[in-house]
Amino acid sequence: MTALYSLLAVLVLALVAYLGAEAGLHTLFGVVIPYAAFLLFVGGFIWRVVRWGKSPVPFRIPTTCGQEKSLPWIKQNKFDNPSTTGGVIVRMLLEAFLFRSLFRNTKARLQDGNLVYRWTRWLWLFGLMFHVSFLVIFVRHFRLLTQPVPGFVQFLDALDGMFQIGAPQLYITDVLILTGLTFLLLRRFFIPQVRYISLANDYFPLFLLLGVAVTGVLMRYFSRVDVVGIKELAVGLASLHPTVPQGLQSLFFVHLFLVSVLVAYFPFSKLMHMGGVFLSPTRNLANNSRMKRHINPWNYPVKVHSYEAYEDEFRELMKQAGIPVEKE
Amino acid sequence: MAKTPTPKEILRIDHRPPKTGWMDTPVRFKPGTWCYPGSKDALEYLGYPNIRDWMPTDEDWKLPENWKEIILEGMADRLDKYRSFKVFMDICVRCGACADKCHFFLGSGDPKNMPVLRAELLRSIYRREFTKAGKLLGRLAGARELTTDVIKEWFYYFYQCTECRRCSVFCPYGIDTAEITMMARELLHLLGININWIMTPVANCTRTGNHMGLQPHTFKENIEYLCDDIEEYTGIRITPSFNRKGAEVLFVTPSADVFAEPGIYTCMGYLLLFEHIGLDYTWSTYNSEGGNFGLFTSHEQMKKLNAKIYLEAKRLGVKWILGGECGHMWRVIHQYMDTLNGPADFLEVPVSPVTGTTFENAASTKMVHISEFTADLIKHGKLRLDPSRNAGIVATFHDSCNPSRAMGLLEEPRYILKNVVPEFHEMPENTIREQTFCCGSGTGLNTDEFMEMRMRGGLPRANAVRYVHDKYGVNRLACVCAIDRATLSTLMDYWVPEVTVSGVSELVGNALVMEGEKKRETNLRGEPLAGTEGESDV
Repeated sequence: MTALYSLLAVLVLALVAYLGAEAGLHTLFGVVIPYAAFLLFVGGFIWRVVRWGKSPVPFRIPTTCGQEKSLPWIKQNKFDNPSTTGGVIVRMLLEAFLFRSLFRNTKARLQDGNLVYRWTRWLWLFGLMFHVSFLVIFVRHFRLLTQPVPGFVQFLDALDGMFQIGAPQLYITDVLILTGLTFLLLRRFFIPQVRYISLANDYFPLFLLLGVAVTGVLMRYFSRVDVVGIKELAVGLASLHPTVPQGLQSLFFVHLFLVSVLVAYFPFSKLMHMGGVFLSPTRNLANNSRMKRHINPWNYPVKVHSYEAYEDEFRELMKQAGIPVEKE
Repeated sequence: MAKTPTPKEILRIDHRPPKTGWMDTPVRFKPGTWCYPGSKDALEYLGYPNIRDWMPTDEDWKLPENWKEIILEGMADRLDKYRSFKVFMDICVRCGACADKCHFFLGSGDPKNMPVLRAELLRSIYRREFTKAGKLLGRLAGARELTTDVIKEWFYYFYQCTECRRCSVFCPYGIDTAEITMMARELLHLLGININWIMTPVANCTRTGNHMGLQPHTFKENIEYLCDDIEEYTGIRITPSFNRKGAEVLFVTPSADVFAEPGIYTCMGYLLLFEHIGLDYTWSTYNSEGGNFGLFTSHEQMKKLNAKIYLEAKRLGVKWILGGECGHMWRVIHQYMDTLNGPADFLEVPVSPVTGTTFENAASTKMVHISEFTADLIKHGKLRLDPSRNAGIVATFHDSCNPSRAMGLLEEPRYILKNVVPEFHEMPENTIREQTFCCGSGTGLNTDEFMEMRMRGGLPRANAVRYVHDKYGVNRLACVCAIDRATLSTLMDYWVPEVTVSGVSELVGNALVMEGEKKRETNLRGEPLAGTEGESDV
C-alpha cells in the first residue's frame, strides 16, 4: 500500500509538471521551482548538519572492527580500528566511497537446526552501482551548466560512453543506475523482512529517482529533446541570468521538476544519510580513549557512595576481618 | 517461572514477519521472555521515581499522570546531549542489513528484534513529536502516537537487546542499537520502569561495592577460601592483601569471579599469576566489582559506580590499575571512564614491573586489561608454563561483545590461549572477533525468568560452538567475561552439554609452574589431570 501511494505520488508529480509545461508555465517549472528547490536544498542541508552539530559527542564510542593498538608486537588493524586521525580519515573514505561496512554483509539461514552464514554482497554491489552512477551522472550534467565545459567533465563523459554503442552514445551509467534502482526497489518488494520494515519514505525516493532516471533516458535516447535549448536554460540558471528558450519539450520539464522535488525533499528525508554518515560517532572517532582523554562538555558531578560512608557502615566488620580502616 | 521449551521446540523458528504491520501488532508478554521489575528496596535506596507494585503483565502500569510529558522532555533533553541519538534517529534508510545480525532475531524470528525495527519503535515517536513530516503525514511518514502500548513495547524490546553492537558493525552508517537501547532504557527509568536483575545489583554495588552485596569480611573470606583450594592443589599458600595502602597496583575484577563457578577458577588463575610474578597489588572491598551495572541503567548511574575505581586508587595511593576479565566492565573502562571520572593525573602511566613494558595504549586512563598484561609477560618469557597441564582440553575462544566491538581486544587472549592449552580451534569466521555473537544474556538479562529468550538469543553462539565441537572435538569454551562465564555455562548445558566454559586466566593458572609447588595432580577445579589418574607416587 505504501509503495502504491509512493508510486502514485511520483506519477502525480510527473503529471503536474507535464500539464504545467503544456499549459506554457515554462518560467515556473524552468526557473522559479528549480531555484526554490535549490535554495531549500542548500538551506535544508546546512540546517540539518548544524542541527546535528549542535548536539555534542559526549563519549568516544567507535565500533571497533579489528585489533586495537596495544602491545607493539601485536598488529593493529589501522583502518577498521583506527587510533589516529589519519586512520579515521581512511576509515571514513572506505565507508563513504566503498561502503566498507556493507561489504561485510552476510546472510544467515537456519538449515536443519544449524545457522549458516554466507557472504552476500548484492546489496553492496547494487547499492554502490546506484550511488556511483548517480555521482557520475551528476558530474556529467555539468556539461549542460558550463560553457566552456571543463576538461574533467568531458573526460568523464567520454569514459562513460566508451563502449560507443548506438547514436547518441549509450552511457554505461544510465544502464547501471536503472539496474541499481530496480534492484533496490525489488528487494523491498520481495524480501519479506525488508518489505515489513519499508515505509513510504523508503519507496517514495526510489520511485522519484526512477522517475528522474527514466525521463532522462527517454530524453536522451528516444524523444530527442532540444539539447541546445536546454543548455541555454541551464547556463542561464547557473549564471543567475535565467532565460527560457522557446520550444522546450514538456518531457524536459517533467525531468527537471522531478529533480527539483528530489532536491527539495533531500534535506528533510532519510536521503540525508549522505551527510549523516560523516557525523556518525561509531565511525568517525579514533579508538584511543585510553590513550587520550575525551572531554564531555556537559559532564556534571554526581553523588558517589563515598569510601567514608562505606567504612562507617562496615567498620566493625572490617576490623574483625583484619581489613585496614581509616578511622579506628 | 515458565517452563523453558526444549531445544527442538526452539529450533522451530519462523523468520517470516506476521501478516499485520508492526504498528498494528501489539506486544504480548509471554512467560520466559521478560524480566521482573525492580525491587522496592533497591529502588528506594537508589532514589528512583514512581516506586510501586506492578508487573509487566498488568493492564495498568500505574505510570505517573504526566508520563507523556516526562518522556517527551526526556527525549528532547537526550537529543540535545547526544549527537549519536539525533543522527541515528534521522539517517536510517531501512536497508535491512542489520536484520539477521541480531542474535535475538535469529533465535526468535520476532521482526521487532531486527535492530532496524527495534530502533523504529523509538523513531516512530521521534518523527511524530520532533519532525514536521511526522506531524503532518503521520503514519505515511512512519510516525505514530505515543501511547501506553508503545511504552510496553519499549520495555519488552529494549530489554531484549543486550547492547552487543553486532548490528553496528554491519550498518553502512554505523547506527548503533546499543546507543538507542541506552536512551530508551533511560527514558523508561523516568517513568519507574526497570528490571530487578539490574536495579538490585546497582543498589548492591553502591552500598557494598559488589553486585551480590557481599560485605567486606565475606568478600575477603571468599578469596581466602580460594587460596585454601589453591594450597590444596598446588601446595602454595597465597596471602593476598585487601585495601592495602601503598601497593603498586589496584586489581579490580567482576565479583562473580570471587564467589561463583566457574568464575572462581579464573580468580584462582589471577591469584596464582600475581604470586608467580610477585606483583605488588591489592584488592579493594570498597570497589569489589568491576562489572558496571550502571551501563545497563543510565549514563549517570554508570558514572556513579565507575567513580569508585579512581577514588579508591587515589585513596590507596597505587600507581596504576589492573582490570580482570569482564565484557561490559571493559566497555566502561575503555570508552567511558576517563571521560566520566578522569583525569587520572594522580596515577602513573602503567609499566609492567616484570617486563618493563609501558602500556602506552592506557597512558591516560591508566588501567590495563589482564589479557594485555599476561600476553606481555608470556611474550617476554617471564612465565613458566606447562601447557600439558591442560591436556585433554580442546579450546575455542568466545570474543565477548564489548572487548571486541568497543575496544578491539582480539589477539591478546588468543596469544595467551595458544601458549597455555595444547589444542585450540577457532569458530567460523562470521561468529568471532568483531562479528562475534552475544551470549544472549548481557546487559543484566542473565536472569532465570528470562530463560527462554536467553536460550534463543544464545543460539547463534551455541551453534558455532556445536560446529567446532563436532568438527574438532572442542570441549572448552574460553572467554574473558564474567557474564559469559555464568551465562555460557547455562547456554552450553542447554545446547552443547559436552562443552564447559572457563576464563582464560583459569587456563593460565593451570599451566603455571609455581616455585616450590608440589606435583600437580588436579587442575584448579580439583579434577584429576589427564595422565595422572591412578598414579600414586606422591
